[in-house]
Amino acid sequence: MNILEVKEVRKTFATQTAVDKVSFTLGQGSIFGLLGPNGAGKTTLIRMITGIFYPDSGSIFFQERPFAALKDSIHIGYMPEERGLYKRMKIGEQAIYLAQLKGMSRSEATRKVREWFARFEMQSWWNKKVEDLSKGMGQKLQFVTTVLHQPRLIILDEPFSGLDPVNANLIKEEIYSLAHQGATIIFSTHRMEQVEEICDHIILMNQGRKILDGTVAGVKQEFKENEFRIGLDSIPSSGLDTDLFEVVERQDGHLVVKIAGGHRPNDVLRFFIDRGIGITSFTEILPSLNEIFIKLVEGTSTARQFHSL
Amino acid sequence: MSKIWLITRREYLTRVRNKTFILSTFLFPAVIILFIVGSVLIQTQSRSHARIAVIDANGYFKDYLKGDSSITFDFSPGIDTANYAARGCTAVLIIPVLPQGKITDYRLKYKTQLSLAGTDDLKNRVNDAIVDHMIYQQTTISRGRLDSIRNQSHIGNLHTFEDQGKTAKASNQTMSFVVGYVSGILIYILTFIYGAMVMRGVMEEKTNRIAEVVVSSVKPFQLMMGKITGIGAVGLTQFLMWVILVVGLTVVAQGFLSAETWRTVQHAQQASQVGGAAGQTSEMASRVAKLDSAVSSVNLGLTVVLFLFYFIGGYLFYSALFAAVGSAVNEDPQEAQSLMMPITLPVVFSFIIMTIAVQEPTGPLAVWASIIPFSSPIVMMARIPAGVPGTVPYWQLGLSMLLLILGFLGTVWLAGRIYRVGILMYGKKPTWKVMWKWAFRES
Repeated sequence: MNILEVKEVRKTFATQTAVDKVSFTLGQGSIFGLLGPNGAGKTTLIRMITGIFYPDSGSIFFQERPFAALKDSIHIGYMPEERGLYKRMKIGEQAIYLAQLKGMSRSEATRKVREWFARFEMQSWWNKKVEDLSKGMGQKLQFVTTVLHQPRLIILDEPFSGLDPVNANLIKEEIYSLAHQGATIIFSTHRMEQVEEICDHIILMNQGRKILDGTVAGVKQEFKENEFRIGLDSIPSSGLDTDLFEVVERQDGHLVVKIAGGHRPNDVLRFFIDRGIGITSFTEILPSLNEIFIKLVEGTSTARQFHSL
Repeated sequence: MSKIWLITRREYLTRVRNKTFILSTFLFPAVIILFIVGSVLIQTQSRSHARIAVIDANGYFKDYLKGDSSITFDFSPGIDTANYAARGCTAVLIIPVLPQGKITDYRLKYKTQLSLAGTDDLKNRVNDAIVDHMIYQQTTISRGRLDSIRNQSHIGNLHTFEDQGKTAKASNQTMSFVVGYVSGILIYILTFIYGAMVMRGVMEEKTNRIAEVVVSSVKPFQLMMGKITGIGAVGLTQFLMWVILVVGLTVVAQGFLSAETWRTVQHAQQASQVGGAAGQTSEMASRVAKLDSAVSSVNLGLTVVLFLFYFIGGYLFYSALFAAVGSAVNEDPQEAQSLMMPITLPVVFSFIIMTIAVQEPTGPLAVWASIIPFSSPIVMMARIPAGVPGTVPYWQLGLSMLLLILGFLGTVWLAGRIYRVGILMYGKKPTWKVMWKWAFRES
């Protein structure tokens, strides 16, 4: 079943088109990466999915019915990039209040909050105010308030910013386990490397448009350049001129080669075996999402932003 | 509906539990009492003594112009318009020869201006002097007789009553002035305090991006109404606490008053009743028979009920506008300041009109300002203690209440539309023009 289907959605603000005819579908239980540089239109797209904005045109289907913001919002958990919490409210009460707004009863909300606080070892913070929390602590609280009401669709906008590796892992584990329990997760970020290990499915946005859509592995296959890293016990200084491959890079004990069209990796291996050179390793080099993205937006102003990463 | 209730509850509880709320609840009455006592003290202390030099061409004012503790007259022959200040006088009065049957100017020259009441007082004294002089000149009465008649003539004392058919209400202008003034000021202050509180709350939600989380589960209108009702309930709680405090303090204070004081008060109350005066002729009694009982002073019950109505109405009317401003501004408090101007101006004007209305509750300005919803909460409260339905006819009260209800429904609707757009709009410098577009464009 598709939990979410976005069709040709478009949103224009006074001066620019923030989201331009974006479509995608999301299966239940998947972890979906919504990628793109700052200003690509990710937040606007998310706000339409959470019912904060209405699209100018196009439609959104939630659980295969037209999306109705107020009714469906209890099945959606949204964690915005800039944290939204009441600074002067005690965090236990705050978590209960936000869960109640999502339609939970007070007693059920209380039980759930205690459960999650125990899982994140936050029980002792119950009566603290948000203004007394560190950024990382606030982040954990925000995550808890997002997933507390057991939403079917969880939207996380930059969930790891400000978290140390230990807490980032803790949240990552929870994301996996929620997905395992059947929740669908949309994970919006401009940090491509975070997505590679978590997401099954990604779309890349730039300047309001979808420029790439697919599984992480599929996208990498699509954009691979037939490059391989070969570990050799000795690298010959000459005699590597062949139409089989082209040496891209020489390193200590490694060669990076690009196999010419029409040839297979076996041909390369045979080339070295025939010359009696010992092979210690052989790996395909797949491009990182970051590299793919730069390639796609090469020449536009957004590309520069990513070269520096 | 239950979501509005949840939001209301949160707004209410977080504020009522706050230390500043508890502190201000107890400190405000104390500050007000100190302020009143202080201003009374200063006023009685600084009662001015005017010493006025007189240059009189008629020659008789020296004998007839009467000075007392507030004005004294100096007729020293050496005083002129150049040296009166050096002689310790605040002003010099120059009276030329006043021929009969013709109006002649006389002049007052001063370094420090007399108060309005002081000038009136001076005018009366000069007139009295002229009258006395004429009576003495044109009749055969002696000076002594004339003075003693003047001294014995203060034997009547005016009591006013508002005719209410079967009963008459002993009107107490001072009392209705004070009640009207205090009610007007209270509504003015409460509107500002709680209106600004709504605005700050909305700004907080916007800048902390809470609105983004909350608006995905409740309608913006529910969020706004929840905030307005929650903070309004805080205002009512605080007001009721003040009433309880003031009543409590009064009861305690009465415990300290001596029995003697009580007898005086009771005596005064009896005397104020219409039938109370002794020695009336039967003819007189038959003419006043209708007024057989008198309700004393201000109708407290009605005043309190209407106060609550106008407080709630005025609060809803203005706080919705404050919420709209809060939703439109970004983090810059300067923006809020400039947007607040068009809202605070009518409140301040109402306050000024209110100070006029307490003195003249039936003047056209007071009447219209008490009907138009922008100013009615403050101005009507200044008029009501003067009497319903005498001074304020039922139609005026009804129209004013109806318009206020329509008015706040209108501002809540308008603010809701601005709020809906503004609360999620970042980085755009708001102007009233932009907000107008948010309110009236098609969606």
